[in-house]
Amino acid sequence: MSIEAIFHEALIEGGKHWSLSLRGGTLLRLIDVNGGANVGMLLYNPHNLLERYNAPDTLKCQHTFKLTKGHCLYSDMGRIFCSIVEDSVGWHDTVCGNSNKALVAQRWGDKTYQTCRNDWTQNGHDSFLVEAGKYGLGRRDLAANVNWFSKVSIDDTGAMTFGSGNSPAGALVDLRFEMDSLVLLHTCPHPLNPAAEYPRAPVRVQLGRCAPAAADDYCRNSHPENARGMELTELYRQCARGGI
Amino acid sequence: MQRSSVLAAEAASYRKIVAAGEYWVDVVKRDACLRIVDLEGNQAADTLLFSASDPADRYSIADTMRAQRNVYLSAGSKLLSTAGNVLAEIVADTVGRHDTLGGACSSESNCVRYALDRMTMHACRDSFLLALAEHARFGLTKRDLTHNINFFMNVPVTPQGGLEFADGLSGPGKYVELRAAMDVIVLISNCPQLNNPCNAYNPTPIEVLIWDR
Repeated sequence: MSIEAIFHEALIEGGKHWSLSLRGGTLLRLIDVNGGANVGMLLYNPHNLLERYNAPDTLKCQHTFKLTKGHCLYSDMGRIFCSIVEDSVGWHDTVCGNSNKALVAQRWGDKTYQTCRNDWTQNGHDSFLVEAGKYGLGRRDLAANVNWFSKVSIDDTGAMTFGSGNSPAGALVDLRFEMDSLVLLHTCPHPLNPAAEYPRAPVRVQLGRCAPAAADDYCRNSHPENARGMELTELYRQCARGGI
Repeated sequence: MQRSSVLAAEAASYRKIVAAGEYWVDVVKRDACLRIVDLEGNQAADTLLFSASDPADRYSIADTMRAQRNVYLSAGSKLLSTAGNVLAEIVADTVGRHDTLGGACSSESNCVRYALDRMTMHACRDSFLLALAEHARFGLTKRDLTHNINFFMNVPVTPQGGLEFADGLSGPGKYVELRAAMDVIVLISNCPQLNNPCNAYNPTPIEVLIWDR
């Protein structure tokens, strides 16, 4: 899918956080500028913050452990926040959660703002708490997040392996928002990243308009479950305030 | 890993049979042991844990799996909170593997997974919500219904990144036992799912036993 009428573009340095409220019909493109990026993401319905991204529902209805093109990101209410309409990477994690203060200090050292200014070593957990707090959300509202560009594979015993080199420079993922969504994101390292130095990979964010999912849409037809998820989402948009 | 308990059922201070489609919720004190028995086999016990003194600090699938570098729960698994605290440890398990990826069923997810006419079928998240409404003293609401453990459920992940819902490894009388590492609120939905083999299309009772320290 081409991104029509880009109306905003921003470079987010590694180890930072941001949030934005997107209308349905928005396309969000994430670009891993130098390779090796990680983008933590949580999603909420801005009109009912109790409706939020649900990783288990997303995985089980599409019989998948990884996220890639064709998959949809579901809320706990059976609706689709966004669909992955393009993906040059092939595997994104949504089960490993975030780095936290203790993990960052133990692996990479606790570089404080006092000594390092904006080169301090922020962590994903605290980043989400800051962004969530801007909307009246807090610890009770956190959930398993997406880690865009990061791969964690599983062997027959259930053991996890972090996929170093999963995302090359210039890799991109396109998310088509099917309903209004509050997006919290951070660019802090994946919690299983074994890098010797705190990874500080920048991500370019582009926002544009896009057409709604057509009858022959790839994501709608990738799984029968997604056709039903799209139908439930379209019903909600027809009935609820704030839909497109 | 399978490991039997040293505790005798006759010595338990509390025993309760929970029918399919019902919930169980209570505080389990630090160092007390909680056993869940799959009485007839192939059942799923959807379970959430919260710190009793700070319920915003609750069970986290991501922190638990990541800390043990493994997606399956069994004897030796420490159940971690969002803040990285140990809520409880699995001290005995005669099944060998439990799921914590698949979440709890809901009427909405049943619609997506099976058919739009499943909207009114009973589901675990309805039991969770009723439990919270009927036990307002805990101060918990829908905000607190985070991702859960599915004791006795078998959800294998493939090396290619697929997720399967396989026939259960559990059987009649098999059990899992937790030792609380702090005072914890434990909320269990005995799964009513009729649409998939997580409970062999035949939801059956579980038993909850507690041994005080």
